[in-house]
Amino acid sequence: MREALLNVIAVLEAKQPDALVSAEINPRNELEVYVTPAHIVDFVDFLKTHPGCQFTSLIDITAVDYPDREKRFDVVYHFLSMTQNQRIRVKISVAEDEMVDSIVEIHPSANWPEREVFDMYGILFANHPDLRRLLTDYGFKGHPLRKDFPTTGYVELRYDEAEKRVVYEPVELTQEYRQFDFMSPWEGAEYILPGDEKKEA
Amino acid sequence: MDGSNRDVLTGEQKIRNFSINFGPQHPAAHGVLRMVLELDGEIVERADPHIGLLHRGTEKLMESRTYLQSLPYLDRLDYVAPMNQEHAWCLAIEKLTGVEIPRRASLIRVLYSEIGRILNHIMNTCSQAMDVGALTPNLWGFEEREKLMIFYERACGARLHANYFRPGGVHQDLPEDLLADIDAWADEFPKVLDDIEALLTENRIFKQRNVDVAVVSQQDVLDWGMTGVMARGSGLAWDLRRAQPYECYDEFDFKIPVGKNGDCYDRYLCRMEEMRESVKIIHQAIEKLDQCKGEDVLARGKLTPPKRGDMKTSMEALIHHFKLYTEGFHVPAGEVYACVEAPKGEFGVFIVADGTNKPYKAKLRAPGYSHLQAVDHIAKGHQLADVAAIIGTIDIVFGEIDR
Repeated sequence: MREALLNVIAVLEAKQPDALVSAEINPRNELEVYVTPAHIVDFVDFLKTHPGCQFTSLIDITAVDYPDREKRFDVVYHFLSMTQNQRIRVKISVAEDEMVDSIVEIHPSANWPEREVFDMYGILFANHPDLRRLLTDYGFKGHPLRKDFPTTGYVELRYDEAEKRVVYEPVELTQEYRQFDFMSPWEGAEYILPGDEKKEA
Repeated sequence: MDGSNRDVLTGEQKIRNFSINFGPQHPAAHGVLRMVLELDGEIVERADPHIGLLHRGTEKLMESRTYLQSLPYLDRLDYVAPMNQEHAWCLAIEKLTGVEIPRRASLIRVLYSEIGRILNHIMNTCSQAMDVGALTPNLWGFEEREKLMIFYERACGARLHANYFRPGGVHQDLPEDLLADIDAWADEFPKVLDDIEALLTENRIFKQRNVDVAVVSQQDVLDWGMTGVMARGSGLAWDLRRAQPYECYDEFDFKIPVGKNGDCYDRYLCRMEEMRESVKIIHQAIEKLDQCKGEDVLARGKLTPPKRGDMKTSMEALIHHFKLYTEGFHVPAGEVYACVEAPKGEFGVFIVADGTNKPYKAKLRAPGYSHLQAVDHIAKGHQLADVAAIIGTIDIVFGEIDR
C-alpha cells in the first residue's frame, strides 16, 4: 500500500515538477499533495490520464478557510482510482481575491462541487459553465462556511399571514447563541481571569 | 410567389420548448427536489435539479460542536439507513486518534450496517416499483422495514435516529435475545424477497418501464463520480467492503452482484441480490457474535466513558466521565478522509482536526449528490414519464444531498 503510493509520488515528481509544491504520505497512509493553483487543470488531467496514476473518479471538492493566513483558502480535491485502488488528496492555496481554474472540462462531476464551494466560501472558478449558488436560498447573501459567518446567520424567514407571503427578517434569538469555551484556565486559555492581573503588578 | 418554400414555418407556427417544474412537491421526487425540465414534446431536453431545499447547514453546525455532539447529525443525512453514516464518522475519528475497537463492537457495527443496507434497498426497490405503478411491493416491503426498525429500537432505543455507533465502539451491548430474533428474521426474509421478486422481476409493465431506461456506461460511472449500485449496475465490481476493507468485512464471505447493461432494471436486480448477500453477512455476524458473548463493546480510554461500576468507586473515572460529556475528547491535529460503502454508494467524511475538541472543518461526501448531478446527463432524450423511474433508480434521499 505504502510502496504503491510512493510510486505515485515518484511519478508526480518526475513528470509534474512545476506543478508539485509538496507531496507526503500522512500517518494514516493517505497521499496528500500541494499543487500550485496555476497548474491545477494540467495536473488533474495528468492524474486522470497517466497510466501510473489513473485517478479517474472525482470524489469530492471542498475548501477549508484559514482566515489568519495570507492565502486564506485551501481548495481540497479528492480523487479515486478504481483500477489502482488508490486515493489522492490534492490541495491548492488561494487568496480571497484569486480565481481558481475549473476542472469541469476534465471531470464533468466537478460541476456541482465547484458550485457548492463557490456558494459556501465565495471562491470563484474560472471557465465554469454555470456558477450559480447551489445549496443556499435563492437570493442568499454571504458565504456560510467562512469562519467569519455567524452560525446563526443574518436573516430568518417565516410565512406572514397578513401579507400572504414569506418574509425575511433579521435574526432575533430569545436566548443568546451559546459558544462554550472549553479551554481550562491552566491549559492555555487566552483571556485573563479576574484577579490574574494583580500578578504582574 | 417568390419561389420560397411554403412549407417553412412562420414565426407563429414555430414551437417553443416547454419548461415545467417537477417538484418541489411531487410524490415521485423522493423528498424536496425541484427540477426544471425543458421538454420538446414528451422528450426531456434538459434537466436542471435545484437542490438545497432541505439544507440545514450540518457542516457549519459541526464546527461549533464537539465530536460526540456532531454524531447525531449524521443520522439525519440519509435517514433511510442512519447507522451507515455514523459509521464513517466514527471511523474517521478512530483513524485520527489511532483507536482500535473491540471485536464485539466491530461485529455489531457490521451487523447493523447490513441491516441498514437492507432497510435502504427495501425502500428503494419497492418505491421504485411504486413510481412505475405497482403499489403492493411497497406495502410488503414496509412491513419488513418495520421489523428492522424494531431491531434498531431494541439496540439503541430509537427507531430512526439511532445515535448508536460511538467513536471507540458502540453505545452499549445488545439485549439478550435480540440476536436470536434477528437470526430468526433473517431466516424468513428471503421468502419475502422471493414474493416481491415474483411480483416484479418478470412483470411486463415493470420491465417495460425499467429495461433500457437510464443506461449508464462504465465511462459515465467514472466521469460522474458514481459509486455503489450505480457503478455495479454497469458492470464495475467496485465495492469498498471488498476493495478497501474496513471494520472486519474481510472475514466475511459474501458476493458482489454486478449488472451488465447499466439500466434501471439491472440496478433493481443488483439491489435485490445485495439484500440476499446482506442476509448472509447477518447470519455470519450473529454466529461470530455468539462466540464473543459478554465482551466489552467500547475501547475504554479517552474517547469512551468509564464503566458505571468504576464510577461508583473511582474518583478518576468520575472526573473522566464528567470531562467527556462536557468538554469532550480532544483529537490530534491532522486531516483524514474515511469512507464506508453506504447502501447508496461511497459515503465519506473529511475532517480537518486542529487538536481541540471540535472539528475545524468537516465535509460530508454523500453518494446521492454525485448521482443526482448526473440526472441531466442521464435523462436527456428520455420520455417525461421516465424521469420518475430515473429519480427512483439513482436512489436519492435529500437529507444527505442537501446536508
